[in-house]
Amino acid sequence: MNSSVKFRIGKSKAFQWLTTALAFACILPLFAILFFIIKAGITKINWHFLVNVPKPVGETGGGIANALLGTFIIIVVAALIAIPIGILCGVYLSENKKSRLAYWSRMCVDILQGVPSIVVGIVAYFWLVKPLGGFSALSGSVALAIMMLPIVIRSTEETLKLLPDSLKEAAFALGMPFHRVILKVIIPCGISGILSGVMLSVARVAGETAPLLFTAFGNPYLSANVTKPMQSLPLLIFNYATSPYNDWHDLAWGASLILLVFVLVLNISTKLITKRWKVQL
Amino acid sequence: MIESTTIENNSLTLSDVSLGVIGSVKTPAKVRQRVKRLYRQIRTENVFKRALVLMGLIMIVLVIGILLTLIVESLPSIKALGAKYLWGRTWDPVQDIYGAYPFLLGTLLTSFLALAISVPFSIAIAIFLGEYFPKGWIPDFLKNTVELIAAVPSVIYGFWGLAVLVPIVRSFETKIGVDPYGVGIFSSSLILAVMIIPYAASLGRSVIQMVPSALKEAAYSLGATRWEVIKHVIIPYTKSGLFAGILLSLGRALGETMAVTMVIGNTSIIPKSIFAPGNTMASVIANEFTEADKPVYLSALIELGLVLFLVTVVINMIGRRVISRFTNE
Repeated sequence: MNSSVKFRIGKSKAFQWLTTALAFACILPLFAILFFIIKAGITKINWHFLVNVPKPVGETGGGIANALLGTFIIIVVAALIAIPIGILCGVYLSENKKSRLAYWSRMCVDILQGVPSIVVGIVAYFWLVKPLGGFSALSGSVALAIMMLPIVIRSTEETLKLLPDSLKEAAFALGMPFHRVILKVIIPCGISGILSGVMLSVARVAGETAPLLFTAFGNPYLSANVTKPMQSLPLLIFNYATSPYNDWHDLAWGASLILLVFVLVLNISTKLITKRWKVQL
Repeated sequence: MIESTTIENNSLTLSDVSLGVIGSVKTPAKVRQRVKRLYRQIRTENVFKRALVLMGLIMIVLVIGILLTLIVESLPSIKALGAKYLWGRTWDPVQDIYGAYPFLLGTLLTSFLALAISVPFSIAIAIFLGEYFPKGWIPDFLKNTVELIAAVPSVIYGFWGLAVLVPIVRSFETKIGVDPYGVGIFSSSLILAVMIIPYAASLGRSVIQMVPSALKEAAYSLGATRWEVIKHVIIPYTKSGLFAGILLSLGRALGETMAVTMVIGNTSIIPKSIFAPGNTMASVIANEFTEADKPVYLSALIELGLVLFLVTVVINMIGRRVISRFTNE
């Protein structure tokens, strides 16, 4: 073998090692974050932390019950708005592949997916907060619902596109009306894909802070009233992490760990579902 | 069903036969009932179809609504400040001076710096997963882990950045002899770079896997090494797809709010170097929106939101256009 060939092979090997090293270097920050959040958060979490509201500055202790309840309510309301609209819109897009309206609709879903979250917050502020005369959890839910929609629609559309036409034709041949074919045959057949889309969308909005800044706003007390300001985990983390008090930092670390675990568990279980049922997303 | 009806009942009428599909019928009253039910079903079907079309329309209305709201609400500032607002160099709401240049510069600096840091990594992941090791548990693990990077909430990136990264950057800045703020453009870019890796990487991986093996085999048969195949076959073939992935990453970086807000330092003066604190369009909105007490102030912030919206929409559209052209080829 002459030296030029050896050089080329060496270069190729070197490049392969470089690529491998760079690729694996990317997961270091994720593990650094995981490690640090777990280390800082795990000692803060106990029963007391989960069932109490934050104490004022200067008093130790206190918990994040208000943020947990708030996050739960805001996400449930957002999901109630986004899931029916999202699934039906996904059905529409998969049933009408060629129509002009569907083309524009699909493009708008794409646009919606790229809209920065802070812009959604501004818009929700002018649509709900200003007309209703004050910050409210409901406006936060609407903002989050707008962010969930594109994910639910996309996954529904992609899942239903993969179903064989024979399913639908068989149902029609039995004389089933269109809406029953969709609701009783098509959607149940694609439910695993739709479900994983819904879970992904919940995981995505659970950590969103920017749309809630001018809508749900935050609330230091326990509140279950959706027409009033409400605390949520990401808002609590943002407000307390940027505060100068150590007690509040502790609360924020605990809250970060809970939020991170929730989001990662949702994501990983979605992956397992898609793998188990071989869904393509 | 039709057969059983005909056998049991000899007073069969024409309508019975035609309605046979909806069940066995015996008396005229029952026939009328069946017909009613059939009509009801047809009506429900039409309502359902219309509801579906309505859902499609809602998406269009939503996007147009967002655009119109932003335009209408930023009209006061467009009228009062005009186009020079965008390159005004001072932002001082107390004295009613509004110039967006520091934020435009901050956004561009952080996004492109983040892009420059993250592109080698995301392309490396794309090549590793798409070409070197497409199958097996190690690449599966890498792929899933990289996707999880996108799942971590941005506020947690921000908090981590504030607590861990900023002190490291501060000591680095002391070492190289610039003002050790810690927070600033550089820290934000580092955090952003981590956050946007998955977008370019996953798209890059799928386009690299789409390279026809005939092309690669032809190159190998001519004696090319692996690196030469990547350089002369795979990269040129997937150029547009890789570009689209980088565009999508850029779109994410431009609109990212919370992580940047927490580590950029939030000063509205033009940053003197990449280590100085600054502000991006998104971070200034997040910080000052609820404090804006004057109509023009608020409206100036919304105009920033409008600019952000338009820029990200254009970038995403170009990105998606490039992808769809690539996949159709």
